[in-house]
Amino acid sequence: MDFLTLIQVLDSTLRLATPLLLVCLAGLFSERAGIFDIGLEGKILAAAFLSASLAFVTGSVWIGLLAGIGASVAMSAIHGLASITLRGDQIISGVAINFLAAGLTVVVSQAWFGQGGRTPPLKSGGRFEPINFPGAVPSKEMADAGPIMQIYSELLSGHSLLVYVALLTVPLSWFILYKTRFGLRLRAVGENPAAVDTAGISVVGMRYAAVIICGVLCGIAGAYISTALQANFTKDMSAGRGFIALAALIFAKWRPWYALGACLLFGFFFAVDNRFQNILLPAWSLSAALFIMTVGLVGYVWRKDLLDKFVLGGLAFGLALIAFMIVASVWDVGTSTQIKIPVVFIQSLPYILTVVVLAGFVGKAIPPRSGGVPYVKEK
Amino acid sequence: MSKNPAIELKGISKAFGPVQANKDISIRVMPGTIHGIIGENGAGKSTLMSILYGFYKADAGEIFIDNQKTLIPDSQAAISAGIGMVFQHFKLVENFSVLENIVLGAESGAFLAPSLRKARAELDELAAEYELNIDPDAVIEDIGVGMQQRVEILKALYRKANILILDEPTGVLTPAEAAQLFRILGRLRDEGKTVIFITHKLREIMEITDTVSVMRRGEMTATVQTTDTSPENLAELMVGRKVLLRVDKTPAQPKNQILEVSGLNVIDDAGVQRLKDVSLNVRAGEILGVAGVAGNGQSELLAVLGGYQVATGSVFVNGSEIDLTGSSSDGQSRRARGIAHVPEDRQREGLIMDFTAWENSVFGYHRDPAHQSNRFLMDNVAIRDETAAKMTRFDVRPPNPKLAAKNFSGGNQQKIVLAREIERNPDLLLVGQPTRGVDIGAIEFIHQQIVALRDRGKAILLISVELDEILSLSDRVVVMFDGQIMGERVPSLTNEKELGLLMAGVTGEAGQ
Repeated sequence: MDFLTLIQVLDSTLRLATPLLLVCLAGLFSERAGIFDIGLEGKILAAAFLSASLAFVTGSVWIGLLAGIGASVAMSAIHGLASITLRGDQIISGVAINFLAAGLTVVVSQAWFGQGGRTPPLKSGGRFEPINFPGAVPSKEMADAGPIMQIYSELLSGHSLLVYVALLTVPLSWFILYKTRFGLRLRAVGENPAAVDTAGISVVGMRYAAVIICGVLCGIAGAYISTALQANFTKDMSAGRGFIALAALIFAKWRPWYALGACLLFGFFFAVDNRFQNILLPAWSLSAALFIMTVGLVGYVWRKDLLDKFVLGGLAFGLALIAFMIVASVWDVGTSTQIKIPVVFIQSLPYILTVVVLAGFVGKAIPPRSGGVPYVKEK
Repeated sequence: MSKNPAIELKGISKAFGPVQANKDISIRVMPGTIHGIIGENGAGKSTLMSILYGFYKADAGEIFIDNQKTLIPDSQAAISAGIGMVFQHFKLVENFSVLENIVLGAESGAFLAPSLRKARAELDELAAEYELNIDPDAVIEDIGVGMQQRVEILKALYRKANILILDEPTGVLTPAEAAQLFRILGRLRDEGKTVIFITHKLREIMEITDTVSVMRRGEMTATVQTTDTSPENLAELMVGRKVLLRVDKTPAQPKNQILEVSGLNVIDDAGVQRLKDVSLNVRAGEILGVAGVAGNGQSELLAVLGGYQVATGSVFVNGSEIDLTGSSSDGQSRRARGIAHVPEDRQREGLIMDFTAWENSVFGYHRDPAHQSNRFLMDNVAIRDETAAKMTRFDVRPPNPKLAAKNFSGGNQQKIVLAREIERNPDLLLVGQPTRGVDIGAIEFIHQQIVALRDRGKAILLISVELDEILSLSDRVVVMFDGQIMGERVPSLTNEKELGLLMAGVTGEAGQ
């Protein structure tokens, strides 16, 4: 793998991490205020659909973006109404939003454009175009440029505006959360709403504010997916990003900078999947890696309780078995044998990672203490 | 004094559905005094204060602050009227620093840094003025409850409160911490602040207040100068009849050893050692009291003996060892061995709140053959009848076995649990916080029942955070601190001060 390939993968990482990052920060605002939101997926989808549709109809990507934000904020308002005002179950409301968005986008799209649930492809003007930095080398000449120039032209330059917006959202979120009055109150309302209430601040107001911010960020993410990453809306195009963003949020322990790291990691897996259809690995190093993983796993479960030992121990046994089978199958051929990693395995990596992260492999993540609990004023 | 009252309430009424929580209440609180409000649970003290702090809107009545008629629609209005409130359950954000908690809601601008700077400077001044020293950067969950309460007081003072309301402030404090709180309150009074002190403990009222108002069933029954009254008088005003404040009991006549615990150790899921080498014994016909501030291992001790916490060590009941870890370590088999258990938290561990009284009255004993009408069905009719009789004997009001547990008051719920456990005639009764949240009249009854069980020659292990209760009921007292037994005392030969030191983990002189 040469340097340019690496830069290209990282460049792709950045593009693919962008929607995750926006959604992850959206979830961060909402959950920090004590409103769990598994309806992120539905919000992205609704935003993606409406922004692609209106960008096509009006020919203006900006109107598309606003429409996407509008759709997502409307969904957020429903979630807010159900979980803040009516004190309903936040999980049920979130699930309902996901179903609503998944069905509604396809039905409306079919009724509107008659293209089997898609929207027509966007022309230029209806899309966010890449911004090229001054002096950046066009991709044709990239191979001849020096490494610094490659980083500048390929990795840093040439993204759509929303990628830069997403990156700027990270320090902005950090600043808002930790350096402003609004942030202090927002964090407090997710930890102990009674403290906020007795301090004379409206719990309902704070939570709605958080939910609306969540809607705006999800709206930008949705618009990015259908008008920058792709050029139209297709059925279920959010592809689980809302859920992966939630996993990233837990991984990031509800902190903005950690969220950036987590989303870049998930983005990297997506990028690898896009770039490499087949990965060839030397058989010996593969089985060695599996063996090391096995040892690590056994060491990890050693101090855990019985159920963990059972489940993870079983996993370790499986890995050791695969390693042994690889060694056995290439024993007579020699050390140069290469094993092809199936493409489906690479494709499923981000999702496997999500499961692993959610299973709590990353250490203790303490969610906001009053998350998921409607606030009822006590005596 | 010809001064205007700091607060005057006129004709405050508030109803929740059919329940009249406050009936035409009028009260004048003079500035620069500590004004106690005493009453049983459910007498309407908290409702009244919630109205004053803008949590509830009164149905009728007016509030005057410094002779100005004031409307208090929300907490913000109460704060700007100079009212500060320290709730029984602190309203602090656990993982914020002291400074952040104080600033929350009283920030001076959109950005935090200047607010925090200002608060830090002001905190220094307040600390000097009222001797309220505290580390502004400490995180709330790392400091003790006494300190947390101090943060609540500082929060109110930072908001320029002139009137400070404290709701049951001593419930979570050690005697030493409570004494310190009283010193702070005295200091606040001397600086001209007005303090409203809500409690159900007569002793505290006598100790700290200048004036006291008594509430009963939503009405203000009397307001008197503290020096003109006595605990007996106040108790009578609270309950509406003469109350026996001391428990009447004869000296214990301990017989054979029933419970023998030695070397008990418990390590919880987080790896924290909750019990450290605990050993104690209880004999038939005596009450062993376990004193200590909540959270020092008493709950774990009860859980181990009750059969729902794994431990190492040994426990003998009636001379035979009981299983602490294996499959026969559960509530069912404990009960089969003659151990009855009145848990600390009756609403979570003692009762199922949505189930009826008769269902609740057989839990734990529901497999008893006496309750079955045949191999498959329980004899519900018989259980109901039996429960009705039990409820009459234990003075549960109303004595209706078909009512859900949640519809009874705290005291009556406790009587249901007590009736269930005592009527089985156990050899050993474990009792945790028997009178927490129970009104004075019911406390008297519950104490009598416990003493009567002792006099029938049963062993009783009593765990309570109320030192008064421990001292008046127990024949011997052990004090727990940080999972260890700090020492053993005989109630007649010790005092609150000595026990208080043990409860705070101080041995030395007191440990002899």
